[in-house]
Amino acid sequence: MRKVLEPLRQEAIQRWQALQNSDKPVILVGAATCGRASGALDVMAAIEDKLREQGRDAIVRQVGCIGKCHSEVLVDIIKPGRPRITYGHITPELAKQLVEDYLVNDNPRTDLAVCAASGEETDIPCADELPDSKHQIRVVMCNCGHIDPGSIDDYLAQDGYMGLAKALEMTPQEIIEVLKQSGLRGRGGAGFPAGRKWESCLKAKSDQKYVICNADEGDPGAFMDRSVLEGDPYSVIEGMAIAGYAIGASKGYVYVRAEYPLAIRQLRLAIQQAKEKNLLGKNILGSGFDFELEIFQGAGAFVCGESTALVLSIEGRRGMPKPLPRPRTTEEGLWGKPTLLNNVKTFACVAQIIHRGAEWFKSIGTEKCPGTAVFALTGKVNKSGLIEVPMGIQLKKIIYEIGGGVAGGREFKAVQTGGPSGGCLPADLLDLPVDFDSLTAAGSMMGSGGMVVMDDSTCMVDVARYFLEFTLEESCGQCTPCRVGTEQMLKILHDICEGKGREEDIDLLVEMGKAIIDGSICGLGQSAPNPVLSTIRYFRDEYEAHIREKRCPALVCKKLIYYRIDPDKCQACGRCLKACPVQAITGAKKTPHVIDLSKCTKCGVCFEICPDRFSAVERKTGQAEELN
Amino acid sequence: MCVENFEVSLNEVFSRFKGRREELIPVLQAAQAAFGYLPVEVMKEIAGFISVPESQVYGVATFYAQFYFSRRGKHTVKVCLGTACHVKGGGRLMEAFERELGVECGCVIPDYQFGLERVNCVGACAIAPVVMVGEDVYGHMESNRVKEVLDKYEKGS
Repeated sequence: MRKVLEPLRQEAIQRWQALQNSDKPVILVGAATCGRASGALDVMAAIEDKLREQGRDAIVRQVGCIGKCHSEVLVDIIKPGRPRITYGHITPELAKQLVEDYLVNDNPRTDLAVCAASGEETDIPCADELPDSKHQIRVVMCNCGHIDPGSIDDYLAQDGYMGLAKALEMTPQEIIEVLKQSGLRGRGGAGFPAGRKWESCLKAKSDQKYVICNADEGDPGAFMDRSVLEGDPYSVIEGMAIAGYAIGASKGYVYVRAEYPLAIRQLRLAIQQAKEKNLLGKNILGSGFDFELEIFQGAGAFVCGESTALVLSIEGRRGMPKPLPRPRTTEEGLWGKPTLLNNVKTFACVAQIIHRGAEWFKSIGTEKCPGTAVFALTGKVNKSGLIEVPMGIQLKKIIYEIGGGVAGGREFKAVQTGGPSGGCLPADLLDLPVDFDSLTAAGSMMGSGGMVVMDDSTCMVDVARYFLEFTLEESCGQCTPCRVGTEQMLKILHDICEGKGREEDIDLLVEMGKAIIDGSICGLGQSAPNPVLSTIRYFRDEYEAHIREKRCPALVCKKLIYYRIDPDKCQACGRCLKACPVQAITGAKKTPHVIDLSKCTKCGVCFEICPDRFSAVERKTGQAEELN
Repeated sequence: MCVENFEVSLNEVFSRFKGRREELIPVLQAAQAAFGYLPVEVMKEIAGFISVPESQVYGVATFYAQFYFSRRGKHTVKVCLGTACHVKGGGRLMEAFERELGVECGCVIPDYQFGLERVNCVGACAIAPVVMVGEDVYGHMESNRVKEVLDKYEKGS
């Protein structure tokens, strides 16, 4: 089959090389959702306008997420004979200047540059030596930000489809053996060995089987799967085709959130192109293997990340997980047929594992968790972005070296992983290696890959309440511990946040949390108490401060804080006075302003509007009466 | 709703499907795209088209957060309350929008100019807190910019 692929590949490689060796400059604009949110399409239009105006010729291409979301909009320029230079924080105006300065006048504008592909440009740091690149290894995201996600030729030129071509020459059992040897574990969160899952699906006897890619990424604060689909949809499609061949399925579905319009568009385009090249559809590469792929748009239900719920959703029903005991989805899934369900990133790894071999994959990461982990690193960190690191890397390396530490020089408090199913880990666990088992043992979990950094201005009780509110809202409601239990826990958390907590509430929360974990029928309920339990485990003192002293040390819980204007700092500028929506502030010219706490709704507008050079408005916790 | 247009639009939606049970969610999505929300009459017609009881159509539609059952605002303001936005003050932003629009989250203002909603993550966490108005994204939002952002839409269209 590799012989059939070879001409397609050679043609693609030639095109790719022609582009790399082009005598025209190549300009790449990071135009995934994160880039677009920062104005990437306007930047692109500005570049094209300026080129036209200057009568210059250049190749302008859109690429997916490069991962450095903290510096969006990102523009890369490759001038003939010069290394690729990455520019950050580009606005349409800066983009026009950049075209003029670098393309027309040959000034590489080192002041705007983030990094260069090699050390030749002495004033620009080399990409590989940047602290945030040093620890990263790109497997799942190796093509993101590199190829045009709308061009299958780009993908073919990066050894794309070598995995499928090789797989089609192997027997299904051989493929599964490679997968088992590689130690690949499902990237959706739980980390179940992929090879074993595939094998049980292969062994299930049926006239029809299905492959489903779970791209129903619902965790708040997570966008890894979306970025992969937007930046390199082909790797997922190729992985799914290999899975289809390995388990004996001729039909696959990608279950994507409808909230990801760009990912759906790129995926649709990629499927179309793969069909045209006979890499999907009937008799793929002349092997006799047929595989069709369809996109199903999820309609917004977090619980549909659970396998039985997701399957029901494709069948057009309410996505309510089926209770145990029940057959596994690999035996009885979609329309009662054996179904293989894996996450986007799992499929994205498969093609490379087959192409490069199990040993290569095992050489990355740890013995029990080979490969890489993709995280959306966000929150109170200097360099937010999408990162890919070898499994087993220490948390502190991710936060301090890749993420550049806590933003604003504040103090690190916690890092949250695993979304609403995970937990918060404190500073003394920063040496923890990041892998499925270590995170679970510490009371959190790997999850799909959200990693939110929290500083001393984040209230852990409020965070626990936030996640529980989310799971309560998303609970399908069929089992009592999850439906009723989370609501009761939430009521207690509301009380604590409002200063009405009782001494025994903490133990009650722990007891209820354990009961919900034991009594719920699906993963949503079984993990819903994790954010509460982990914050109690590591930040019990904060709960106690809320309950005993009616204080919110992080100054977040509204009922426990108040605002005050420091008369010594107030310059009587009148900004807060005008901005206050309830006229709670009084004062006059040259008279320091005062907040009437009986009128104040604690909206915080005065705090935000007070100029940094005065910083006269203070947020305080405790009993305000003492001051008035 | 004009009955003639209603039938034309719905027939156009149905023409893209075969009426199979598993098409229920895609049909609901297509109908919502055509009408902006799912009026009761539309759901009744869908039940006939798919050949399932009306209760099942309603049951499925209300299960998923994507579906709306009442008319929406001309512009929908979505305040992101994903984790990153939450820890960066998304909640205070929501309150500011509620104050400015005079309605609670999940409601539409009386002249249907704006609707206010929360969303659980738009995936632009690096520029949190984030607010979307229609397709436009506003990053690093602050409470005191709320009025300025809304004014753009009131005057613009």
